[in-house]
Amino acid sequence: MRYSGFSLIAQSLKGHAGWGPAWRDASPKSTYDVVIIGGGGHGLATAYYLASRYGVSNVAVIEKGYIGSGNAGRNTTIIRSNYLLSENIPFFESSMKLWEGLEQELNYNAMVSQRGALLLCHSDAQRDAFARRGNAMRLAGVDAEIMEVEQIRAMLPFLDYENARFPIRGGLMQWRAGTARHDAVVWGYARAADARGVDIVQNCEVTGISVENGRVVGVDTTRGQIKAKKVALAVAGNSSRVAAMAGLRLPIESHVLQAFVSEGLKPLLNCVLTFGAGHLYISQSDKGGLVFGGGIDGYNSYAQRGNLPTIEDVMEAAMGLWPALGRVRVLRHWGGIMDMSMDGSPIIDHTSVQGLYINAGWCYGGFKATPASGMCLAHLVAKDEPHPVAAAYRLDRFATGRLIDERGMGAQPNLH
Amino acid sequence: MSKQPLRLPNGGLVDRARTLSFRFDGKSYDGHAGDTLASALLANGVGLMGRSFKYHRPRGLLSAGPEEPNALVELRAGARREPNTRATMVELFQNLEATSQNRWPSLRFDVLSVNGLAGPALVAGFYYKTFMWPAAFWEKLYEPLIRRAAGLGRAAEFEDPDHYEKAFAFCDVLVIGAGPAGLSAALTAGRSGARVIICDEDFQLGGRLLAERREIDGRAAADWLATTLAELASLSEVRIMPRTSVYGLYDHGIYGAVERVSDHVAVPPPHQPRQRGWRIYAKRAVLAAGALERPIVFAGNDLPGVMLAGAVRAYVNRFAVLPGRKAVIFTSGDSGWATVRDLAEVGAHVAAVVDSRSEIKPEFKSLASRVGARVFAGSVVEATRGGRALRGITVRDASGKRTALACDILAVSNGWNPTLHLTSHQNGKPVWDEEIQAFVPGVLPPGLSVAGSAAGRFTLAEALQDGARLGREAASEAGFAMAAAQPAPTTDAEASELKPIWRVKGRKGKAFVDLQNDVTDKDVELAAREGFRSVEHLKRYTTLGMATDQGKTSNLSGLALMAEQTGKAICDTGTTTFRPPYTPVAIGALAGHHRGKDFRPVRLTPTHDWSREQGAVFLETGQWLRAQYYPKFTDKDWLSTVNREVLATRGGVGICDVSTLGKIDLQGTDAAEFLERVYINAWKTLPIGKARYGLMLREDGFVMDDGTTSRLGENHFLMTTTTINATKVMQHLEFCHQVLWPHLDVRMVSVSEQWAQVAVAGPRSREVLRGIVDAKHDISNEAFPYLAAREISVGGGIPARLFRISFSGELAYELAVPADYGQAMMRALMAAGQAFGITPYGLDAMSVMRIEKGHVIGSELNGQTTVRDLGLAKMMSSKKDFIGRLMAKREALVQSDRPTLVGFKPIDKGKSLSGGAHFVGIRRANKLENDEGYVTSVAYSPNLQHWIGLGFLKNGPARIGERIRAVDLVRNSEVEVEICSPVFFDHEGTRLHG
Amino acid sequence: MRIACPHCGLRDLQEFTYLGDASPSRPDGLAATESAMFDYVYLRENPRGLLEELWFHNAGCRAWLAVCRDTLTHTIQSVVPANKRKKGAAA
Repeated sequence: MRYSGFSLIAQSLKGHAGWGPAWRDASPKSTYDVVIIGGGGHGLATAYYLASRYGVSNVAVIEKGYIGSGNAGRNTTIIRSNYLLSENIPFFESSMKLWEGLEQELNYNAMVSQRGALLLCHSDAQRDAFARRGNAMRLAGVDAEIMEVEQIRAMLPFLDYENARFPIRGGLMQWRAGTARHDAVVWGYARAADARGVDIVQNCEVTGISVENGRVVGVDTTRGQIKAKKVALAVAGNSSRVAAMAGLRLPIESHVLQAFVSEGLKPLLNCVLTFGAGHLYISQSDKGGLVFGGGIDGYNSYAQRGNLPTIEDVMEAAMGLWPALGRVRVLRHWGGIMDMSMDGSPIIDHTSVQGLYINAGWCYGGFKATPASGMCLAHLVAKDEPHPVAAAYRLDRFATGRLIDERGMGAQPNLH
Repeated sequence: MSKQPLRLPNGGLVDRARTLSFRFDGKSYDGHAGDTLASALLANGVGLMGRSFKYHRPRGLLSAGPEEPNALVELRAGARREPNTRATMVELFQNLEATSQNRWPSLRFDVLSVNGLAGPALVAGFYYKTFMWPAAFWEKLYEPLIRRAAGLGRAAEFEDPDHYEKAFAFCDVLVIGAGPAGLSAALTAGRSGARVIICDEDFQLGGRLLAERREIDGRAAADWLATTLAELASLSEVRIMPRTSVYGLYDHGIYGAVERVSDHVAVPPPHQPRQRGWRIYAKRAVLAAGALERPIVFAGNDLPGVMLAGAVRAYVNRFAVLPGRKAVIFTSGDSGWATVRDLAEVGAHVAAVVDSRSEIKPEFKSLASRVGARVFAGSVVEATRGGRALRGITVRDASGKRTALACDILAVSNGWNPTLHLTSHQNGKPVWDEEIQAFVPGVLPPGLSVAGSAAGRFTLAEALQDGARLGREAASEAGFAMAAAQPAPTTDAEASELKPIWRVKGRKGKAFVDLQNDVTDKDVELAAREGFRSVEHLKRYTTLGMATDQGKTSNLSGLALMAEQTGKAICDTGTTTFRPPYTPVAIGALAGHHRGKDFRPVRLTPTHDWSREQGAVFLETGQWLRAQYYPKFTDKDWLSTVNREVLATRGGVGICDVSTLGKIDLQGTDAAEFLERVYINAWKTLPIGKARYGLMLREDGFVMDDGTTSRLGENHFLMTTTTINATKVMQHLEFCHQVLWPHLDVRMVSVSEQWAQVAVAGPRSREVLRGIVDAKHDISNEAFPYLAAREISVGGGIPARLFRISFSGELAYELAVPADYGQAMMRALMAAGQAFGITPYGLDAMSVMRIEKGHVIGSELNGQTTVRDLGLAKMMSSKKDFIGRLMAKREALVQSDRPTLVGFKPIDKGKSLSGGAHFVGIRRANKLENDEGYVTSVAYSPNLQHWIGLGFLKNGPARIGERIRAVDLVRNSEVEVEICSPVFFDHEGTRLHG
Repeated sequence: MRIACPHCGLRDLQEFTYLGDASPSRPDGLAATESAMFDYVYLRENPRGLLEELWFHNAGCRAWLAVCRDTLTHTIQSVVPANKRKKGAAA
């Protein structure tokens, strides 16, 4: 049933008895044209675009738990395209454009809210670095604006302008950036893909990838073998492990990134705010909770939980930036497993196994990339050639040196 | 003023001699020491304490503890305003001020309670289905409305005036919870001599013992409690921490706890923090956090007056407050009957007991008849009546017959859930115990055991036994030998049978599963219908369990209702995951003192005070404060100061503190070999007494750092690093030695803080130095040429190091003395240089001079650049292996069109330049594909009298003389520039050798 | 998390910095090939389970340590100074 205010009101008169499942809880068929491993945002978006844009609908999305149980449901919901490097900007901007029409396209309100994302700077050198980034964005046709301290103060009067250890010197604002409701993105893509014939198979863990004569032929799962002409991996956090099933080694480490939400509060913060003198980004959800993130804990982990030094570091930054937060309480914190690549940028590419494609290495940036990642992986799978905006995300760039290192940290994943 | 109409004349643990006045929503009330805000409000007959999240329904107390979903208030006011504070956890203090929240204009008349009328449309997830047209209306109309209606309390708008601190504790045994189980555990462990810490979130120790009328060893439990607390207090290795919530369990026995040091007073006393965030490192821990009672889902189960039965007992027994005048008990197990007994004990009228079980034990029947309560066996409460307070209920018996009863309090009991939260903080999944119909701890985190109710062993006897046994085990595992076990105390009899019911299907009215977030049974049904059947989908779709109580009273009901919908058993439906913190923790307590100026440490150079005396303006560079410039009254503005400093240095002599550079002392017979491997250039050939510029790469072939390194002896080198990379380089060198080449004979130590170092630059610098260098050292140009580096003495025997190196391009030296002599060195230099017009210069002047000379710093060494990009490829030795050698050869790193370092200057000499601009061709559109590079550093050169800049331009060195635009779109500037050599001044370097 | 530094005793996580997989060996010398160096720099073990990894005790004795740790449970099996380790302890 199509979602709308009218259907909602009509249903509310009938006790909402008429709503069917948002997507079918499919059982796997024995064979598909394409099997996508990973029922997160990226996998579901890939399936949706395969079916809706590339005419490939004999597709299964295989998920070991429930859809959206990985990083899609654990991130801090930020969407933005304020990148520095020419390899990244067009990709993330194409993602932003897809976000802008997503809800109407999917007929699902994912609460895409372009409330602006402000990166604060705390020194002249940092300001110049942000100018370099802002100029790169503007050259790419992306909105970016340097904000002066007084403009920031007018907008965010509660920050520490008087007594800060690292005083705010300005910021780089992208007004079109913002947030989206992460779970709704998953459900919206799932529902729309399902409507176009995609099978979404939950509680189905892949245990092996079958390769014959250098070509992928299917996957083994806890629900039996599934044959497939093509297999695509969208399992960020576990990319190394799943790729290893096909004998591949990836330039990726798995790290824990923690996130935090406060108790619900009346509206305080109307943009996404990033502290430039520590690891911290904050936004406020529509429900009222302040959503915080910081840096990764810094050690390899699959535990989906972190430790106190990082927790305290994030909260120190919060107090350092916004000293009225002292009495606001952290309600919940959790961790997600990040695919940290060796240059901090993602990989969307074919592999040395024919018919096997990977989408990995998203580091912190996976959520905002969801639509474009789905589109580009769908393009790659359907046409066997990279989508123009993702052409740089090659697996062999580490060997050739065509690195995409936004932060200049080198082959040290925990520094990206 | 009211006189606490519902306060009982006797009993309880409140101190009637100490009356405390407080305000709620502007109205004054009295309570007593020992009250919580909740109990004091209740004593005053205030039943309406809050409004729910979505429908803004009137709400009163459900509980007497941390699980409270309804009675949330804004505590205190102004900068100390603390939203969403559970009234049940607030210790009453004199002049306490609290305000209800999430209502407008008042708690009694809340406009948004109309949401309740729109209820049929506002089902779970309704917002995902609408508000999509037109697209632009979301941010402009729908979302602002939703945001305004959502949220709960208001955060403070001003800086928190109170202090917080961090503290660290180490112990052998940590006991979490000071109820009967925890106290027994602490006592047994404490007797062994082990270091024990026992924490409890309450301000009074005793846990459920405070709320129940029980006997231990044949006497009132209060006696046992007093004796036990007295003995614990007498044990020197036992630390008792009331008002302390252990909120999280982290790896390797590290527990996060927050101590509410001053929350029970209006304003913290002088020098006391409001709260203290603890990290407790425990060898072993015993979780004795008790259990939380479960409600039942039925229509109207949210009216003020519907309360957990155990909470009713807490209010009656501990706080001596009668929550209502006419009570009905609705229970599915034996524990609800304790409320009948306790209410009767204080003379309350118990109108009826509704027990969902058809068999009633004889002792309960006789209890009911003794107190004059009607008994409805095999019956349920189907509905409630009342507006802002409960006025009555409808009971339905097994035959479907309905009976209306008047009452103003309904005590609900549906068994208990172990407070096992901490056991799942390390991904441990609770397991379903069919017998007690509750989740109990599954696989436990290392070092943690669980005692009493928290383990699903709900009787007092079990709590005492578990505590004694596990306290003993924990101490012994921590290495403390124990005397023979003593038998656990005996208790009075306790009936604890249970047959829980999860919901009563009613005919109409909302039945709430999650009270705070207003999730009803219908919402769970809808979620099931729409396929959100996984527990996590259910939570995320309906928001069940996502409120500030974290689902303490709702998660299991939600799960049970979903199980009902899907026809599965509860254990097959899923488990609830508890994420830390156990109860919400103030951000201030997690941050401690790290705020304001104390957010991060400040590092001062050894000459800082001298610089301040000279009137320096300081700049943050990382943690360092460095002198940026030294303004004089006669200077017109910042730029004129910088120009003056530059011209004075180039024309005479200037001094500048460079102590922040990293300094690493390397010694050993393989020190030279080691340097060969970490630097790209040659080091074995460096003569003793000479310095050399060095560049090191990361192993991936990009530039890591640069600096000069001097050979002070055959096997002794002193390396300098950039300020920002000092730590990183040290770590890298240790890695290279310890991990890659442990066989090399080299040792290294950072001496960055041991030496004060100053640059003395300018044509008169040698003459100035002669004034302080001891005469026996010949520093003439012949004896001490460019790049000489030697250990000398100054000021009559003070050890020093002199390096003839230059960042400014002038005849220059860097002089280092032990850090304590730093200020004296500056004063001596100033005195010696007076005749030559010596001028202190800061970072800005230094930057101008280094840009004039094309020297690179962090802006250019940004981790994205190669040696080739910097124009220094010829430094790379081909005769040896070094870190980064092979990866630097990758095709993309040696491509000719890589952006490479160039200088540039404006065509119109009057124009200024800006950092971060991009290079775009003259007649090219401002588009990404025409982006040819970017500007890294700019400065006004007072020597050239125009702006100059450094940047990276594609194929740069081949384009000297070309004109291009430096486009700064974000600052609305665009300057036509000419590409030139990055060396703007003294190309031949003659001044260096002067 | 706490790491039992062989020199300093049991110390909190925040005294240490992390490098990662300890298994790759640097192909030293002029004869090393670019492809061997590529493997060394870019390919790391990333198991869900035991991993031998390098930590630096930067706020302590400055020793590089080889720590054998489970990446799923964070349990630490062994800690030895990196220059005294036997390769492949996690295997």
